[in-house]
Amino acid sequence: MLRFVIGRIWQSLVVLFVMSLLVFVGIYAVGNPIDIFISPETTQAERAAAIAALGLDQPLWTQYGRFLRGALSGDLGRSFAYSTPATTLILERLPATLELAVSALVLSVAIGIPLGLWAALKKDHWVGRSIMGMSILGFSLPTFWVGLMFIMLFSVTLGWFPSSGRGETALVLGVPLSIVTADGLRHLVLPASNLALFNTALVIRLTRSGTLEALLQEYVKFARAKGLPRSRIIGVHVLKNILIPVLTVIALQFGALIAFAIVTETIYAWPGMGKLIIDSIRVLDRPVVVAYLMLTVTIFVLINLVVDLAYSVLDPRVRLSDLKG
Amino acid sequence: MAPELSNPSQAGAVLEVHDLTTEIATRQGVVRPVNGVTLSLRAGEVMGLVGESGCGKSMTAYSIIGLVDPPARVVSGSVRLRGQELVGADEETLRQVRGNRVAMIFQDPMMTLNPVLRIDTQMIESILAHRRMSREEAREVCRAALERVGIASAEQRLRSYPHQFSGGMRQRVAIAIALLNQPDLIICDEPTTALDVTIQSQILHEMQNLCADTGTALLWITHDLSVVAGLADRMCVMYAGQVVEQGPAYDVLTHPRHPYTQALLASAPARHAKGQALHQIGGQPPSLSRLPVGCAFAPRCEQAGPDCQRTPQLSLEGAGQVRCHRPVVNRQSVADLANSTAPTPVTGLS
Amino acid sequence: MAGHSDVSDPPRTTPLERGEGSADFARIETPLKRFVLAYRSDGVAVGALAVLCVIVVAAVLCPWIAPQNPYDLSVLDVMDSRLAPGERSGDGRFTFWLGSDEQGRDILSAILYGVRTSLAVGIGSTLLALAIGLTLGLTAAYAGGRAQVLIMRVADIQLSFPPILIALILLALTGPGVGKIIVALVAVQWAYYARTARSTALVELGKEYIEAARGLRLSALRITFRHLLPNCVPPLTIVCAMQVAAAISLEATLSFLGLGLPPTEPSLGLLISNGSQYLMSGKYWISVFPGVALLVLIVSINLVADHLRDVLNPRLQVH
Repeated sequence: MLRFVIGRIWQSLVVLFVMSLLVFVGIYAVGNPIDIFISPETTQAERAAAIAALGLDQPLWTQYGRFLRGALSGDLGRSFAYSTPATTLILERLPATLELAVSALVLSVAIGIPLGLWAALKKDHWVGRSIMGMSILGFSLPTFWVGLMFIMLFSVTLGWFPSSGRGETALVLGVPLSIVTADGLRHLVLPASNLALFNTALVIRLTRSGTLEALLQEYVKFARAKGLPRSRIIGVHVLKNILIPVLTVIALQFGALIAFAIVTETIYAWPGMGKLIIDSIRVLDRPVVVAYLMLTVTIFVLINLVVDLAYSVLDPRVRLSDLKG
Repeated sequence: MAPELSNPSQAGAVLEVHDLTTEIATRQGVVRPVNGVTLSLRAGEVMGLVGESGCGKSMTAYSIIGLVDPPARVVSGSVRLRGQELVGADEETLRQVRGNRVAMIFQDPMMTLNPVLRIDTQMIESILAHRRMSREEAREVCRAALERVGIASAEQRLRSYPHQFSGGMRQRVAIAIALLNQPDLIICDEPTTALDVTIQSQILHEMQNLCADTGTALLWITHDLSVVAGLADRMCVMYAGQVVEQGPAYDVLTHPRHPYTQALLASAPARHAKGQALHQIGGQPPSLSRLPVGCAFAPRCEQAGPDCQRTPQLSLEGAGQVRCHRPVVNRQSVADLANSTAPTPVTGLS
Repeated sequence: MAGHSDVSDPPRTTPLERGEGSADFARIETPLKRFVLAYRSDGVAVGALAVLCVIVVAAVLCPWIAPQNPYDLSVLDVMDSRLAPGERSGDGRFTFWLGSDEQGRDILSAILYGVRTSLAVGIGSTLLALAIGLTLGLTAAYAGGRAQVLIMRVADIQLSFPPILIALILLALTGPGVGKIIVALVAVQWAYYARTARSTALVELGKEYIEAARGLRLSALRITFRHLLPNCVPPLTIVCAMQVAAAISLEATLSFLGLGLPPTEPSLGLLISNGSQYLMSGKYWISVFPGVALLVLIVSINLVADHLRDVLNPRLQVH
């Protein structure tokens, strides 16, 4: 078990290393590094000074070393557009994106699992079939278009929710969150639902197929032969069996949610990392792009690592097989 | 149709199954894995239900406790558990009977115990589904049950997961679960097939003792005659969804009346002298969707004659029943039959 | 001994129970016929297939049937911009059936061209990813050793990242363009095909190894192609179809964000993006109609693929 943990951690570090190399090569070798880190509006003298200061005249390996050292200490350059360190900028926006992603995750699980169970139990009924039909719609509809339609319907026509921006925030454990205020909640509903749509469809389908398979298992027949009420068979026996694989996928999807938040944040003008990255790409504010990529990759690797380790802890067969010997 | 022999309600009868029929709609038409099955059990009695794979033994068990799922359904007949009619009862009534008055033990305990739930969870829920009790009391009952089936350090075992037990122990757990609510009847569907031979006989004897102690009737389903030979009080032989012979175990095993039973017994390896060719029943069991006209066994039967084109009914023969127009009446022992080296002509449908 | 009943007795079933009668046709059970009958069981999927065929045909014939070529700048007249559906152009020659956008483009024509691009980009990138993925996967299986480990590690790691992020990284570094979009879409998909190809190839290889010595690798290759491809095709068809839909969706999303196709190329995503600013002022058609077209395209592909999966699933073929 310990060997497994160490192995996974090592693998994660390798991935991080490789990704940093890729990003470095992409920025420094593909683009013109001078233009990347020195704003084009500097004078010749300033440029020369900056080049020397940033070590852009050094061999590539040395530059990579500086880049790595900077990355590890959190210094990834200064943004052109905002004149603040890129890392600070990104970290400022992180809570907003996380709030959106977590809300979407919770929403998709809370809606998806019950609907998936229902769809499995009523497989040949019109209820089950329409849930599955809706789930196809859910993952087919492009997120951005649904966002626009939500705004048109719920903001412009019905006027129920605001169409853009984040609501009032309140400090929770030192982090500004908007979900705790009424105004914040109103602003959160549309973007979170939009972002959750794809994931909900996924959860529904996963839960349904897992439940259908579980229902065929012998232990369900045995549970029925024991005279257990249906609610217990579904709610305990079946659910516990499908929960682990379903939650694993859902956790892995969290990363995708953070990535897809880019689209949602753009449409709803939600002040998170995603909107920042799009704006930065447009104005070629590359330090910010680099910072975003490094941070997101790190989040990803962390999520995968945690899920891998958690899976081995949660599944009693895996956990106890070492103890039994 | 010839008048069926009525099966009067016997005093002390725990289970009375009368003309039970289950149908499945398949692409090839309607098939009847359980076709007019009639049997009965008294308290404390052990009945062996034997037959080849696919003859409908398991389906009979499921039909008795109402665990028949679409596209199959129980279409006619009666199942009385201590007088209570189960066929046609609503689901809640059946649920209260299952695991409570009738318990079932399946073939592979690894598959039947839920791998992600602890043993105590799975045992306690069985009790709490039928009786009001505190969890601690229920837990105590479970612990005692585990000890009774011979599982040491029961307290620790309660907190374990199924995969931490060996096959034999898992089956003991299943037996313990079956006995928890003191059922009137336990149905065992090939419970020792998945186990080592040594464990098999252990389990067999333990079940025998437990049932004798508690007065629980036992319906033991198997394809292996040797398993029930020493265990059963009565025997019931099935073929193609029907009961073809029924009676006291000793009678059926030593003087079988149905040609199929005779052939089954004769082909058991133990009966033959070393080096002798095994007696085989020619042909294959019929596909339920293409049953022959008349007696289902006729194509493979040595005794078959032109009157076997009429469907035979169950008729009384001594203390048992036989479904045959030409039951074996001579007292030729099975051993003699086995030693005859006359080959069996293959006459069955493909 | 003798005197048994006549063996040629008919089975004791009625014709209806045997499944005959009006379904005599079904007795001629070729695989194709079985497939068609099974597919027909779901009306919605049949409808989706019909719609999909219409769309594909329209996209292929687009240059001939579109009322206007909206990407030919000489045809556009900015005086015709933002006309509502059904209005005529200034010179009266032309009806904008679905309205026009802010540059005077006919929305209907733009949709046709956009769908054409979507299909081309989607199908093209999927096929390319399939080819690359299969090759790499097979190479990994046969080369074994370090090459296999390397290729599979890269594939696994890449599969753990969401497609949009990978595409974003690539496009942020390279800039927009049709070729670059296709490269990004291919990069997103190849890993899955590589993994599938490798595991299937390993199964086939394993079979050969048990029987013979190492020298049989070459015949193993031949046999693998003869067994692998026929077995892979049904599930791969479904996966490819859904990947095409996903690629189309991704391309539209990227174009919407301004990172995808350049504005000179027809793209539904760009149309929607351009039109989004007019949603509030009631000129909904610039965004809504292209959106609906995109929607119908993706949904019909997914409906067909979903139903295909049920039809081709051997476990579900029991009555």
